[in-house]
Order: sequence, then C-alpha cells, then structure tokens
Amino acid sequence: MYSFKDITDGIDSILHLFLNDTFATLAELILAGLALIGAYAVLALTLIYAERKICAAFQCRIGPSRTGKWGVFQTVADMIKILFKELIRLDHNDRFLFRVAPFIVIIASMCTFAALPFAKNLHAIDFNMGVFYLIAVSSLGVIGILLAGWSSNSKYTMIGAMRSGAQLISYEISAGLSLLAVVILSGTMKISEIVEQQSEMWFIFRGHVPAIIAFFTYIIAGHAETNRGPFDLPEAESELTAGYHTEYSGIQFGFYYLAEYLNMFIVAAIAAVMFFGGWMPLHVSGWDGFNYIMDCIPSFIWFFGKTFACVFIALWVRWSFPRLRIDQLLNFEWKILMPICLINIILMSLIVVF
Amino acid sequence: MFVVAILSAMFLVGIALLLAKFLAPHSSNKLKGQAYECGIPTRGTSWMQFRVGYYLFAILYLVFDMETVLLFPWAVTLRETGINGLICLGFFVLILTLGLVYAWKKGALKWK
Repeated sequence: MYSFKDITDGIDSILHLFLNDTFATLAELILAGLALIGAYAVLALTLIYAERKICAAFQCRIGPSRTGKWGVFQTVADMIKILFKELIRLDHNDRFLFRVAPFIVIIASMCTFAALPFAKNLHAIDFNMGVFYLIAVSSLGVIGILLAGWSSNSKYTMIGAMRSGAQLISYEISAGLSLLAVVILSGTMKISEIVEQQSEMWFIFRGHVPAIIAFFTYIIAGHAETNRGPFDLPEAESELTAGYHTEYSGIQFGFYYLAEYLNMFIVAAIAAVMFFGGWMPLHVSGWDGFNYIMDCIPSFIWFFGKTFACVFIALWVRWSFPRLRIDQLLNFEWKILMPICLINIILMSLIVVF
Repeated sequence: MFVVAILSAMFLVGIALLLAKFLAPHSSNKLKGQAYECGIPTRGTSWMQFRVGYYLFAILYLVFDMETVLLFPWAVTLRETGINGLICLGFFVLILTLGLVYAWKKGALKWK
C-alpha cells in the first residue's frame, strides 16, 4: 500500500541538505501550515460546488453551469467576488469582538481539520488523546458564533446566537458519547491507532448493534452541530434573515460560510474515521486476494470516498426534511438522543467486557 | 502542530481581510451603519435580558459534559479494569441518569 511517508521523508532530507536542524524544522512547520491552508480552501470550494450541484439535482434543476465546464469554477468566482465586497462598519456594535469572532470560528475548524488522518502517514496532529482533542477543539466554534451574534447588537443575530449556543452545546454531549462508544471498543484514543485497529474489519461491522446505533446518533448529532440539515434554525432565513451572521458582509461573511462547509466535512470525516476505518481499505480476514485488490486503491481515495459518502448523506437529509422548532430540537436531544447514547455506552461496555 | 494549526488559521483570515481591505470599495452614509432588521430604525439595544430557558440547558450541559470528560479515561482502561470498572460505571451513570430524571420531572427540559 502506498504511504505518504516517502514524500514527507524526501522533503525532510532535502530541507536538511540546505538548512540546519532548527531552521529545517521551522520550514517543515511552515510547509505543513501552508498545506493545511491549501487543503482547507480547496476542500471548502469543492464542498460548496458539490452542495450546489447535489441540491440542484434534488430539486430537478441544473445548478451552476456557466463558469467553466459544468460550472466547476463557479465557487472560485464567488470567492473572488466576495473579496471585492465592502466590509460594512456598523455604528452600535462591539467592534473588537465583531472582528475577533470570525478568527475563532476558523481557528476551531482548522484545529479539528488538522487532526484528521487524510491518508496513510498523512496526519498533522496525532497524539494519544486524539479523540478527546477532536471533541474539545470542535466545540470552540460555539464561542465564535455566540460572540458574532452578541457583538453585532441586532435582535436577529442575538436570537440566532442564543439558539445556536443552546443547540451546539446540547448536541455536543450526544456526539461525545457516541464517539465514546468507539473508544470503549478500541481501547485507545489515538486516532492513528483507531484506524490501524480497523485493518481486519471496520468498527461499524465489528461493534455489533451498539456501533451501528453510535454511528446513527453521531451522524444526527453531527448534523445538528454544523447548523445544517433540519437543524438549521440558528440561521433560519425565513425568520431571522441569516441568524448570527446577519450583520457580517463581504469576506467576513465568507468565513462563516467556509467554516460551515468545512465543519460538515469534518463531521463526515470523523464519522468515516471512527466507524468506517478512515483511510483503511475494506479488508475481510481470510480473503487474501480480495484484500490485495483493495490495497491497490490509494489510501486517500478510501478516505475521501468514505467522507464524501457521509457528506452526501448530510446533503440528502438537509434537502429532504423540514426545519424543527427549538423546543422540538432540544426535546429530541435531551429526551431521546442522550438516553439512547447512555444505554448504548452500557451495551458497548458489556460487549467489550464479556 | 497545534500551534501551527492556530497560526495558519489566523494567517488565512488575516490575509483574506487584508486583501479585502485593499480590493473592496469603501463608502459610508448615515443609514449604512444601522442594524439590519426590518428597514425601520431599531428600538433600543439588543444587549438585554434573555430568556432563562437557554441558561438552564447550559447548566445541564455542564453536568453532562463533565461526565463525558470523566468517562473517556475510563473507556480507555476498560479492558484492564474489567467487571469492576463496569460496576463503577454502572453506579456513575445511574446517579447521572437520576439527575436527568430529576431535571425532567422538575420541568427544566420543558420549553415554556
């Protein structure tokens, strides 16, 4: 199976030819940062294009079709256009927090993004508390959203931010508990080890019923955490114009848009890593020929294939269900989803112990 | 690497804001700086008292999020602690479930 270690080791040795150790490490860190930014931007543009095309297909439209072949450059054009838009200064807002809020949102999603295993040995942040880290940094985004809503001093943004805060923190518990089920099954929190353990069979098949339940609860909670699908009431356009980012214009609005799509990708990627083995190909123990053929497919294709399958589920749900009301949303989390998660954890630990 | 991720995120936002500053037009008039609501001027500030229902959920969240934090180390060591660990977890979850039932019965989960 092809490993990205060859490329990274090559770059490492080339840098050591010209620079001493300290500067070589520094250069590597800068390269890693630039690679993260590039992947982040390219993925966001791809996702926005995919969403527009898929949404168009669901609604029997064509979607973007003029810019480039099949409209593939539409989102690039949109991003360039949004840079040329005026950043409106408001009179009565908290200007410092208003500026800081997009930074926090992007930082939260970038930190989570860096911890994903994109392919074999292509993994920026990997340490023994990986899953814990994912949950911790992904919840930082709430602060950015609350600050955005609060600092713009408008009623719509305030209501949007409060709804979003209540929704995000509630569904975070379910997401955390569903990932906990996988941690119980694997016995480690290190993401690369979790992926390695799935070389025999993916966790969703190995974990009996609780893994399947955990997958569905995670997908539901994840959709709610990204403010999408039927859970998009923080930015319900028919009642709150645009929710917490109503007052933002130009590229500052663009950051929220980017972060929203990247969060969708991150949730799908975490689901793929924890339940479908990340970059690990489909292996069946005993079927050596089958395993060999599966190994021929590069690992990043496996990762992105699984992730985009989960993204497609997210889009499908989004364009199929009507929006929930805030009390229905919170009831659903606290009275249905969380008890299911708690019972699921006990079931999973029973299976692991006995 | 964690710091690199933070710095690269800040770099991305900073560069884009800087670009926008040079590329975007600037114009101002009296009405532009108003809050975007319904077209008519806003009444009062939005920094006011907010309904208490949201805070109740925030308090409940604290309890259960702490629970998740405490469960993670337990989950990693479950294979070593075995049945003992399972019984401990049983009591832990039982107490928390009682808390949830109490909040439910008290009506903290009801959206009034």
